[in-house]
Amino acid sequence: MAVDASGGSVGYEPVIGLEVHCELATATKLFCSCPNSFGDEPNTNVCPVCLALPGSLPVLNERAVDLAIRVGLALHSDVRQCTFHRKNYFYPDMPKDYQISQYDEPLNAGGWLDLPSGTRVGVTRAHLEEDTGKTVHMGGTGRIHDATFSLVDYNRAGVPLLEIVSEPDIRSPQEAREYVAELRAILVAAGASKARMEEGSMRVDVNISVRPAGSASLATRCEIKNLNSLRSLVRALEYEIARQAEVYRSGGSVVQETRHFDEDTGRTASLRSKEEAHDYRYFEEPDLLRLVPGQERVDAIAAGLPAMPAQRRSEIAALFSSAGAGTGGGAGAGGAREDQIAGLVENGLDGLLLAAVNGGVSPEKALARTANEAASRIDEALALDPESYGRLLVMEEAGKLTATQVKAVLSEMLDEGRGDPAAIAKRLGFETMGAGSINASVEEVVASNAAEWDRYCSGEDKLAQFFIGQVMKATRGKADGKAVVAELQRLRSTR
Amino acid sequence: MRSAGPGSPARPGSPEGPDSSEGSDASSGSTPSSGPTPPSGAMSIAAIAAAVRSGEASAAGIVEQYLGVIEAMDAGVGAFLEVAGEAAIAAARRVDALMASGEDPGPLAGVPLAVKDNMCTRGVATTCASRILAGWRPPYDATAVARLAAAGAVTVGKTNMDEFAMGSSTENSAVCVTHNPYDPSRVPGGSSGGSAAAVAAGMIPGALGSDTGGSIRQPAALCGVVGVKPTYGMVSRYGLVAFASSLDQIGPLTRSVEDAALLYSVIAGHDPADSTSIREEPEWTGRLAAPDILEKGVVGTVVGLLREITDGADPEVRSRVLEAAEGLSRLGATVEEVSIPELRFALPAYYLIAPAEASSNLARYDGMRYGLRLGDGSAESVMSTTRAAGFGAEVKRRIMLGTYALSAGYYDAYYGKAQRVRTVLVSAFDAAYRRFDVLLGAASPTVAFRIGEKVNDPLAMYMSDVCTIPTNLAGHPAMSVPFGTAPAPGGNGSATGPAMPVGVQVLAPRLGEPAMFSVAAALERIAPVTEPPVLDRQEL
Repeated sequence: MAVDASGGSVGYEPVIGLEVHCELATATKLFCSCPNSFGDEPNTNVCPVCLALPGSLPVLNERAVDLAIRVGLALHSDVRQCTFHRKNYFYPDMPKDYQISQYDEPLNAGGWLDLPSGTRVGVTRAHLEEDTGKTVHMGGTGRIHDATFSLVDYNRAGVPLLEIVSEPDIRSPQEAREYVAELRAILVAAGASKARMEEGSMRVDVNISVRPAGSASLATRCEIKNLNSLRSLVRALEYEIARQAEVYRSGGSVVQETRHFDEDTGRTASLRSKEEAHDYRYFEEPDLLRLVPGQERVDAIAAGLPAMPAQRRSEIAALFSSAGAGTGGGAGAGGAREDQIAGLVENGLDGLLLAAVNGGVSPEKALARTANEAASRIDEALALDPESYGRLLVMEEAGKLTATQVKAVLSEMLDEGRGDPAAIAKRLGFETMGAGSINASVEEVVASNAAEWDRYCSGEDKLAQFFIGQVMKATRGKADGKAVVAELQRLRSTR
Repeated sequence: MRSAGPGSPARPGSPEGPDSSEGSDASSGSTPSSGPTPPSGAMSIAAIAAAVRSGEASAAGIVEQYLGVIEAMDAGVGAFLEVAGEAAIAAARRVDALMASGEDPGPLAGVPLAVKDNMCTRGVATTCASRILAGWRPPYDATAVARLAAAGAVTVGKTNMDEFAMGSSTENSAVCVTHNPYDPSRVPGGSSGGSAAAVAAGMIPGALGSDTGGSIRQPAALCGVVGVKPTYGMVSRYGLVAFASSLDQIGPLTRSVEDAALLYSVIAGHDPADSTSIREEPEWTGRLAAPDILEKGVVGTVVGLLREITDGADPEVRSRVLEAAEGLSRLGATVEEVSIPELRFALPAYYLIAPAEASSNLARYDGMRYGLRLGDGSAESVMSTTRAAGFGAEVKRRIMLGTYALSAGYYDAYYGKAQRVRTVLVSAFDAAYRRFDVLLGAASPTVAFRIGEKVNDPLAMYMSDVCTIPTNLAGHPAMSVPFGTAPAPGGNGSATGPAMPVGVQVLAPRLGEPAMFSVAAALERIAPVTEPPVLDRQEL
């Protein structure tokens, strides 16, 4: 079906609910002591339990429960006594051919999430379950229908997942994107998950229906599975909204089904109909006891919950308004700044910025360095000691290091995962140059380049770059360019 | 036997003869005999451990001797699926080395044991008597098996069973038929038929079985040995290949109540690897064989004669149960009849719950990771072809039953209702146990039936477990104790067949094992003398 995704949905309103799966950041899997680790050699993090060898039994990872409760509390859920159920279906990457999940009694029930734009999205539930292994189809296009064989990696089998189900409160692809980004920020803030869509540690399924604008009824929905980036999420929703609107416009009716989004064509296509849907034959998992999170435990987790993204964003934004926000520029730059702050908070790097500001660095400088340099290597930046990072930016602020040198020192710090910025600067030969030695070097360069000096003095300002280059060469890059220009101007004015 | 303490160890292989140590409460003189007669010349577990621990016998010598008996006898019985002789002798030598170096080899030092083939034994094939697991060698030991080894016992082999423990005659084994040592034309019961037959024939002094609906107690009764189903959660299920997880328990099959208590004491206790294992171990854990339990007697014990598992039994079986009750009464117990009408719901509830759990537990045998793999092309082809060829008819029947019972639209009417029946049963038992310390009845409604007699009549086969199923649904302990014999029905219904063993069942409330063992020990002391089985090591 040809669908005009640009204007095809005029007169229709989408109703969207999301199911987000995220891998919990535990050291070990949900029901055994195998490492929960991404990217290892296939089938090395496996044992009798996660391979479902005959006779093996699951034992619940209490750390996963704690992390799930943290998320539940952050989403204002009711943390409850709950049970585990078996979801039965056959698939080669699921070793037991059933998944241990939660069914009618989830750990976290109800709750909500406020989007930065102001919309409140209801949370239906956030429950624990185990991940499956990973199937790689070999041959053909890499999809199952034309593969010649398939390989299964069970390293991921049994990794703890939290499935967070939203109410159908979302009304546009942009809101859906906003919801996922904000949820991701909360998961990271709670220390519950890395939530990286590109690594598959966060995966999104959407339920989508459309109805005439202004209608309050719910129409037949479709599910689109396994959207693996925010871009795909938006594209798939835009296409699907237009498709469903077109179906109604042409007098047809939407069929309840599961659909697949094709990244290449930008279209969704039917995967299986409601009639082909699995009967999962849920029943209570007899190998596990009822999970009773006591009030004491929930209270202790609540007390240890760090500040959530919304609060942290507003705290950082306040730094700029109180500092006068003079250098940020107009509204466009303000929007860019909001995005940068949101990005830092989402990835948990705002602590670095705060450490720098607390050390005396201007918010603008701290934001620029953190968002541009530190955020380009998130994993390593997360391992940095904020206090050391702050001291590095203070050195720049005080003129002891040039911008180039700061980047070089930071790169070393990120490589090593720690380190004293002053010691690294010294090791790299970035000793602070006093004003005296810079001035001496400038005078030397001026003396030995008389012709260029005359031209500079007669108004050819661009020759300043030439002199900076010469000074840098003479000082092996240790001089501060600004200090060089200042001395050149002083010499010219006193000539 | 209990008389074989460290000071008077029996020599390996020497018949102990009739037990001369009469219990004080067996002195009423009105019972058919005084003291049990060992059904064969095999030694007791207590005697072997005592002999090895005192240095009178070597573990390697004992194990070699039993391996020789198995070699000579098992062709006629068919109890073993695999005998791991070399590994057993090596393990026995390690016990002897510990003795030589002055270290404690453990309470079961040098005791050869057999393990039902649904318990994982590291490096030794564990197949559940199914084609689908043929040749599969687990990389780990079940907790119960590891506990036995840590206590110095030596696992010599794996015993035959109904495939995946589904059956009551061991005829559902995909490998071979096991013969009842009392009459080779008859079944040993099931599903732990291999373990029961091996112990009855004297090929091994004790064995582990598993009991989901009676699979230890019913074959124990049919083979004239002691069989114990522990309180759910007392013995770890880790490494027990699951049939119905909420019902399965591992337990011992032995030739005496004391030996059963010794094995139970070693395998019981909390295991962090099994979430359903009981965390707070009761005081008696590890000491069920102590004199204050086994020699306690029954004076003052209140015994309920449970009509639902007595009246429906064959008349001769019922007579033995009534004689057992009378005997206990003479020993000082208070015996009253009791009826728990709710028990009539147990069998139908069981045949919904157990297959439902099994349909899920057996899903993993899909040809992807281990065991049989057939078919080609798609995963679906491998899964369906492997399962079609790998499972036997009874296993398929139960997978289909269970799948149906759990299906959308049927769950509430079947599985949901069966779970509610379970709650009702527990309440009904609780009410009875407010009045009674233990309950008494038959362990099987009949004596051993003929091989082939019920294979084509699943419902008749299912009725074999009518006496044992209620305790599994309740999670309670129960055990079968040999108590005389009853003539088997003849071939055409008219003629009388051979005398076959009868098992009396002692049921107790959750964690009521001490009272259960006290009563079982008393019953053993007053049990009628029986002839040893026709397939007996003494004939060698």
